[in-house]
Amino acid sequence: MKQKASNALSSFPVHVAVVTIAFIWTLPSMGVLINSLRPPQAIKSSGWWSVFRTPFDFTQWTLENYETVLSTEGLARSFRNSLMISIPATILPILIAAFAAYAFAWMKFRGRQVVFAIVVGLLVVPLQMTFVPVYSMFTRLGLTGTFVAIWLAHTGYGLPFAIYLLRNFFGSLPKDLFESAFLDGASYVTAFFRLALPLSVPALASLAIFQFLWVWNDLLVALIYLGGHPSVAPLTVRVAGLVNSLGADWHLLPAAAFISMILPLIVFFSMQRYFVRGILAGSVKG
Amino acid sequence: MLQKRGGIRPWLYIGPALLLLVAFLVYPSLDTFRRSLMDARSEEFVGLRNYEFAFTAEEMRISFRNNLTWLVLFTIFTVAGGLVIAVLVDKVKYESLAKALVFLPQAISFVGAGVIWKFIYDYNPNVGLLNAILTTLFPDMDRIGWLVNSDIATYALIATGIWIWTGFAMTILSAAVKGIPDEIIDAARMDGASGWQIFWQVTIPMISSTIAVVATTMVINVLKVFDLVYVMTAGRYRTNVIANQMYKELYTNRQNGRASAISVILLAVIVPVMLVNIRRFQIQEERR
Repeated sequence: MKQKASNALSSFPVHVAVVTIAFIWTLPSMGVLINSLRPPQAIKSSGWWSVFRTPFDFTQWTLENYETVLSTEGLARSFRNSLMISIPATILPILIAAFAAYAFAWMKFRGRQVVFAIVVGLLVVPLQMTFVPVYSMFTRLGLTGTFVAIWLAHTGYGLPFAIYLLRNFFGSLPKDLFESAFLDGASYVTAFFRLALPLSVPALASLAIFQFLWVWNDLLVALIYLGGHPSVAPLTVRVAGLVNSLGADWHLLPAAAFISMILPLIVFFSMQRYFVRGILAGSVKG
Repeated sequence: MLQKRGGIRPWLYIGPALLLLVAFLVYPSLDTFRRSLMDARSEEFVGLRNYEFAFTAEEMRISFRNNLTWLVLFTIFTVAGGLVIAVLVDKVKYESLAKALVFLPQAISFVGAGVIWKFIYDYNPNVGLLNAILTTLFPDMDRIGWLVNSDIATYALIATGIWIWTGFAMTILSAAVKGIPDEIIDAARMDGASGWQIFWQVTIPMISSTIAVVATTMVINVLKVFDLVYVMTAGRYRTNVIANQMYKELYTNRQNGRASAISVILLAVIVPVMLVNIRRFQIQEERR
């Protein structure tokens, strides 16, 4: 341990700085959260900070905005759509990547290094490079605007990073373990399900959290392959649409935004360690 | 031992992945090169006309300039800010709480962050915090149209981006700062170095390679900026960036050729940075 706060006098400015920074960083989200819980009239006529003038007046709080956006603005539908998109778009790429990563880590075959290098190389491709051809492919197949299209797209886009991460992890597992399992007559499939996967739970958890949040928070891919139709639009597309379409009902935006954030925030607070690890590793994703 | 089990089996394991990679990344990327030389509907060869558009059209020039502004300000502020916060929180007992609060925006979608900051920037001082502070402190001053004034709007967007990403830089840099052996810091202190001198002459040189990794990651983030601009200004008030121009050509204008050319330019800019980043990432992985 380093000596922390060893000298109270010299560390006073440090405390002021840290508390100020934490305060400034929290303020924007707090403000919108407070606003989302106020009656429409109050949101429009006074700033959210005015609640602190009468902190014990509980009549200034309401869930009205949440009820309105969930029902009349279709946010409940979008929430279901987001789940419908994100869950398969998390499981599919990880499963497919795990099989591939396992082969790259524990099987010897001609071209292994080359193929793996190409897979890693695909990390550099910005998604924009694929939009025009994939969009016209989906149009030809009649898949534009369907969940199948976006599942497939997110699976393809998520694979290079998932394979890269899992291959590194599988490769770092003890070699003896696999060799003795094979000597005992274990098949590759058995070793995959009984050894590789169970031993990789931390890596799989970080990867799953990263991929899930990536898809949940994605706007661009959904805009292009799904379009804005309410029957398929996820929360990001719907909320982005509301920003322009709400007009006089703009007081509903804070509630809508918070509904789109609630799940990521729960994941963040309940699994902070895996979350941070996943986000940091994910920075190499294209 | 391992060699004997070769044959077709490995290809069964990697087959599904390869199929999807070819369908969604390899083939489309190659096809985008071809389409960047074709007309709006990808039917007739037009030579380099789409690239000519990308480099000379007024709206494209504005977008390139905005991306450049983003690149400089966003990168400097996220890296420097992340480093300063990492060093500061290292000295307090409530470090993990402070770090969690700064990291929090990473969990929120850019759409959500965009909505949050639209409220901070609102023109109405009964809604927007910044204008409320301004009109309270300086009653004579005019309100500022943070998101509707063409001279300011891009900077307002960049500030939002900095709010989102500083926590990311802080987390990585914080780990690096903690990796500096205590003995080195103690030795410097024994020699009479001040906290300021230790920061500049010990901390920064010791973690310079991590600073480089974070900086390249931020550069890549800049080139991918799309959502914030889409949600907060929809590209108006001279705020458009390259990724949003690409979306506009593809989706609104149905100009496949132009959209493809912009994508190729984006690729050309991103690849060198990504290569550096992946290389560093690999070295880091090998060391573990």
